[in-house]
Amino acid sequence: MEKTWNNKAWFMVLPVLLLVAFSAVIPLMTVVNYSVQDTFGNNVFFWNGSDWYTEILGSDRFWLSMVRNLIFSAIILVIEIPLGIFIALNMPKKGWGVPVCLVLMALPLLIPWNVVGTIWQVFGRIDIGLLGYTLSSLGIDYNYVNDPTDAWVTVILMDVWHWTSLVVLLCYAGLVSIPDAYYQAAKIDGASRWAIFRYIQLPKMNRVLLIAVLLRFMDSFMIYTEPFVVTGGGPGNSTTFMSIDLVKIAIGQFDLGPAAAMSIIYFLIVLLLSWVFYTVMTSVDAEH
Amino acid sequence: MNLTWMAWTLPTALFFITILVLLCGMAVWEYASPGGNPRIGVLRFETTRGDRLFVSLLGSAFIHLAWLGLVGPNLWWALALSVVYAVGVFRYV
Repeated sequence: MEKTWNNKAWFMVLPVLLLVAFSAVIPLMTVVNYSVQDTFGNNVFFWNGSDWYTEILGSDRFWLSMVRNLIFSAIILVIEIPLGIFIALNMPKKGWGVPVCLVLMALPLLIPWNVVGTIWQVFGRIDIGLLGYTLSSLGIDYNYVNDPTDAWVTVILMDVWHWTSLVVLLCYAGLVSIPDAYYQAAKIDGASRWAIFRYIQLPKMNRVLLIAVLLRFMDSFMIYTEPFVVTGGGPGNSTTFMSIDLVKIAIGQFDLGPAAAMSIIYFLIVLLLSWVFYTVMTSVDAEH
Repeated sequence: MNLTWMAWTLPTALFFITILVLLCGMAVWEYASPGGNPRIGVLRFETTRGDRLFVSLLGSAFIHLAWLGLVGPNLWWALALSVVYAVGVFRYV
């Protein structure tokens, strides 16, 4: 059967296109304009060419914050994706436990990011925080204010607590959409628990997992509020991720040119990595 | 409409006009030859000509950044390299 082409349908996406233009494209164009100029305020700009890009690309500060960001995102994906799948697999599929589990899983997602940061900032304090005080009482040398490792552990735990639920809910949605016939066929074939997971559940979750990986990668790579509230980027610069560094340059130092150049580089890296994730995962999906 | 807050310059305006012309060109190409010409190239996965434009533009951005970081501020050679790269992408990817 020959496919019908009807390009009039494109008019339907016109409102979204306008919305995206105002919320994303115009600000992005402005950032590109800022990135090749210098300003001291009052809407007066001086042409600076590619110098800000050269400065950012040659700065250790930029590369170190990017490496921290990449390590952070890798750790987050390695922990949250398997943990989310594991929890989703073990959640009840029917009965009263379903709404209870769904509400419990949704709770962390409903808390605003700065509140999550405040909760964990207090939670980790060794004088009044439940986590910090308990660890100190057990003789464990924990202090996220002074120790970079403790700061990293706290920020990672906070992110896992806040966002694993998203992976769980997405995987759960994928799991409950699998028809019973698949499980019955697997039972007749005498398939093991692992075989059911590997050949039925995992392929059926592929699309939601793609969304989960993309969302968690982009969110963790652009993380700002939670670590900023908990550690402020410290101790030293140990938890200064790219977004925190960017805000320091743009708002703290009011260096709009370098901040804009860094934003563009940051944007291109996010775009590249998201495209790679998307392409790899959709290719794997197509092969299946 | 006052657009001074966007801090427009001639080079950045030319850059965005080029992108717009490319997108319009792709729309005309799609109108003349619908379907996006999907094929499997050297990357071993299916790409349409829209994908190939995206890969060309993204790659060109990184070529320019690499040139700035490793060679110097004269970007004409980076532009030439990007054009060669884009032709390669449209031919082989």
